[in-house]
Amino acid sequence: MTDPSYYQDHIRNFSIIAHIDHGKSTLADRLIQQTGGLTQREMSEQVLDNMDIEKERGITIKAQTVRLHYTAKNGENYELSLMDTPGHVDFAYEVSRSLAACEGALLVVDAAQGVEAQTLANVYQSIEHDHEIIPVLNKVDLPAAEPERVRHEIEEIIGLDASEAVLASAKSGIGIEDILEQIVAKIPPPGGDRNKPLKAMLVDSWYDPYLGVVILVRVIDGVLKKGLKIKFMAQGTEHLVDRVGCMRPKIEQLPELAAGEIGFITAQIKEVSQTAVGDTITTVKDSAPEPLPGFKEVQSVVFCGLFPVDAADFEKLRESISKLRLNDASFTFEMESSAALGQGFRCGFLGLLHLEIIQERLTREYDLDLITTAPSVVYKIIMNDGSEQFLHNPADMPDVVKIAEIEEPWIEATIYCPDEYLGGILKLCQDRRGIQKNLTYVGDRAQVVYELPLNEVVFDFYDRLKSISRGYASFDYHQIGLRNGQLVKMNIMVNGDPVDALSMIVHRDAAEVRGRHMCERLKELIPRHLFKIPVQAAIGGKVIARETISAMRKDVTAKCYGGDISRKKKLLEKQKKGKAKMREYGNVSIPQEAFIAALKMGDES
Amino acid sequence: MGPLALYVHWPFCVSKCPYCDFNSHVRAQVDVAVWEAALLTDMAYEAAQVPGRKLSSIFFGGGTPSLMPPALVAKLIVAAERHWGFADGIEITLEANPSSVEAANFEDLAQAGINRVSLGLQSLDDQTLEFLGRAHDVEEGLAALDTAQQAFDRVSFDLIYARPSQSLESWSAELQRALSFGTDHLSLYQLTIEPGTRFETLVRTGELIPADDDHMADLFDLTRNLTTAAGLPAYEISNHAPLGQESRHNLTYWRYQDYVGIGPGAHGRRLESATERHKKPENFLSAVARNGNGLKVEQPLAPETRAMEALMMGLRLAEGVPLEALEAKTGLTIAHMLDAPAVDQLAKLGLLTMTDQRLTISAKGMPLLDALLPKIIADI
Ligand SMILES: Nc1nc2c(ncn2[C@@H]2O[C@H](COP(=O)(O)OP(=O)(O)O)[C@@H](O)[C@H]2O)c(=O)[nH]1
Ligand SMILES: C[S@@+](CC[C@H](N)C(=O)[O-])C[C@H]1O[C@@H](n2cnc3c(N)ncnc32)[C@H](O)[C@@H]1O
Ligand code: SF4
Ligand SMILES: [Mg+2]
Repeated sequence: MTDPSYYQDHIRNFSIIAHIDHGKSTLADRLIQQTGGLTQREMSEQVLDNMDIEKERGITIKAQTVRLHYTAKNGENYELSLMDTPGHVDFAYEVSRSLAACEGALLVVDAAQGVEAQTLANVYQSIEHDHEIIPVLNKVDLPAAEPERVRHEIEEIIGLDASEAVLASAKSGIGIEDILEQIVAKIPPPGGDRNKPLKAMLVDSWYDPYLGVVILVRVIDGVLKKGLKIKFMAQGTEHLVDRVGCMRPKIEQLPELAAGEIGFITAQIKEVSQTAVGDTITTVKDSAPEPLPGFKEVQSVVFCGLFPVDAADFEKLRESISKLRLNDASFTFEMESSAALGQGFRCGFLGLLHLEIIQERLTREYDLDLITTAPSVVYKIIMNDGSEQFLHNPADMPDVVKIAEIEEPWIEATIYCPDEYLGGILKLCQDRRGIQKNLTYVGDRAQVVYELPLNEVVFDFYDRLKSISRGYASFDYHQIGLRNGQLVKMNIMVNGDPVDALSMIVHRDAAEVRGRHMCERLKELIPRHLFKIPVQAAIGGKVIARETISAMRKDVTAKCYGGDISRKKKLLEKQKKGKAKMREYGNVSIPQEAFIAALKMGDES
Repeated sequence: MGPLALYVHWPFCVSKCPYCDFNSHVRAQVDVAVWEAALLTDMAYEAAQVPGRKLSSIFFGGGTPSLMPPALVAKLIVAAERHWGFADGIEITLEANPSSVEAANFEDLAQAGINRVSLGLQSLDDQTLEFLGRAHDVEEGLAALDTAQQAFDRVSFDLIYARPSQSLESWSAELQRALSFGTDHLSLYQLTIEPGTRFETLVRTGELIPADDDHMADLFDLTRNLTTAAGLPAYEISNHAPLGQESRHNLTYWRYQDYVGIGPGAHGRRLESATERHKKPENFLSAVARNGNGLKVEQPLAPETRAMEALMMGLRLAEGVPLEALEAKTGLTIAHMLDAPAVDQLAKLGLLTMTDQRLTISAKGMPLLDALLPKIIADI
């Protein structure tokens, strides 16, 4: 075996940062191919993004990793670990752990498109981790490519030296070798000492039907080996390592993973929920004296109810949620029953995107029709008698006269954006009850820090931010605790009946605007019926906003069709099926999409 | 046994109108002898299925049956009488396009036995006729109407309204003029954008903007008011006539009584089965040659399906649906066929009335019938 320190010097750990469609996956495939990880035939599909939803949305949800063996021009052999990281604020913590496992990053920018928002958010995070960043101008094969303009943009907007940026085409294979050479030359080898007690970071984990739970690790100090008794320091649990290896991208078992290396282990673990991202793995004997910094417990920040459209699907929903949960421990669920919606589940998520992803996977992979209720954060209710309770569901709000105080979670948000969009962004934050804490400039880029109530952010803050800044703003946040708020429960009544799935907790001052907006949106979203339908928002008994959906006036086939009844009959049968699927509230059918759509505030100006 | 109606489909047209999704085809040549033989064979087959019942009506529809040689029409009428026999006062209607060429045949068609025509005038405005892709202009159409009124006992004509950007005023003027011609039947259809037509493509590309529902509702109301005032109230959603002048043939459909359908794409309801014939003329001919009939589908209908069809058709009529007859026809109870709470609710909204004898859609409910049906009919 080679000298361990020589070996450690020849490791490079890096991630790829890129905006959607700028070529991250294609480049990763190309690097794998060039270094012999897969044959041409095996390369037929993109290797890294596994789930359909990841492919469609162009985001990576689970961290993926692949190890490449590369013989550089200097004749020496290197082990390069490529880490593909999630790309959305909901997964900010997961991203930060993936980045903490690397020493450098490739910044891939489409040479025809230039720098875009998603790039920025991740680049700044990468800079914060002191990463060496190698700019890559991809797609230079396109006639529309303007590498010089984009090189300039990278320097101007991000403030990185791009003079040695690689001109590349992941598609036609241009510049791939240059990229590999720069990785070797510029990204520093990992530090760490294999002779110290074991300290490895749990970067991610997933369930594999053959191997059980697979854990992605970055070893900081010490050595991980098969047969070792290990301990998860935060979780406080012990396990026996039964496999150690890496992905090339095919699974390869290794004798050990030592300080500086990224790889995987299995340890006869049955459920992902037994593993916590960011936890420190050490040995039971000779434990590390203290864990790695930066560990956070996963905490659901957004809750909503998921109900089957067809009540008969409840068991199927329960099964599907349980199965999904096997692979994603970051959402929680418990039974819930609603007057209007029947039996369902109250689920907790990392954020709105996470919510949408889970909902979409349930609909798609498990073929379920779902109704999603208004997302809500967790409130702390302090009763007159001094007792306290946490409220996950507006429908469970106790009688107001018994409540002394309500507290709501706040976050500190950091937003980066080009100067020109700052005005719109400040207005958005003010409208959402934000408190400005700091405003600084880096060149013509502004960095603004706001404290914001989380319930103002969960609905569509991120969408609004993106549209105001044309995608150029980046957003990051962390929770800063609970604060007292003037909060009230707002009910939405359709045709006189309250729809519990639409009730929400809002700030007293925002209630009227929100209520008016909800009524207007519902007016657009609920189709006309045979009678006119009042839609009202109310606090307690007081109506604060009202709209009326006028009655339908015409729906008839006023045409000749002789004796050909069949076509009309088919239409009628379809209508009848559709009717069976709709939920009725006070005789009004509300389409499923309405529940979430009604909550998006849209353009407030 | 109730009356039996016979429908004969003639699938050819001179050109294809951009709104039309009927089974119509443009062919350079039509071999009349071949068609005569095929239609006669197809008719004989049906006659053998439902023997011993007199015909109360015959309807030649299309396509453009006024393009049929009168001699062929005559032979088909003779054959029908030989197979079934005619009930007293049989109504024999032919759909005619109002061009001068076709009007020249009206006298011969009357000789052949046609006693009623339904004329496809479509509009009394030249520009509109052009927009609708029609071969005739207003003058030619009205001349054909005049010829028809001289040749036949009963004449009806069709107009298409609720055209793009048609105002209430212009439709009011057009309809009043139409009512002044003295026919005792009118079919007034709202322009419907059908899948697969050229108009549908134009709607998709934004070149044609259909009237919106509220405006259609206003036009519908106006139509009912003007026709009622003129003594031709609506007896069906789109059909208007004084009492006794209704299309007997079409009433057979709406009352869900038996009818036999022959020729390409013709539908029938007889012996508690639905029949449908091959649509494409060439396929129809080869089916007849092969099997001795043009059938593509012959499917027995479950009582629940028949109930649904009977309600779907019958509720289009101002007279409504007689409930006892419906029970007798299907062997099902009213409780089984109707969603009682829904019927109750709709009655309270003034959209229908329900008595022991009849379920009737009100004037207010008529323009909403398609939305009412799925509620009224019970989930089976
Ligand atoms: N012309 C050209 N197309 C490329 C290149 N790299 C990627 N693409 C194309 O760009 C699209 C997005 O690439 P992909 O790797 O999926 O981007 P990702 O979303 O960043 O993972 C795909 O259609 C690729 O074929 C390149 O160098 N040249
Ligand atoms: C069987 S069709 C056509 C008969 C005949 N060939 C003609 O064109 O006059 C009977 C009637 O249906 C009406 N019609 C056809 N397509 C229509 C549509 N898309 N919307 C409204 N009415 C339509 C026309 O008024 C037409 O006269
Ligand atoms: S509307 Fe009449 S003439 Fe025009 S294509 Fe249809 S059937 Fe033929
Ligand atoms: Mg990708």
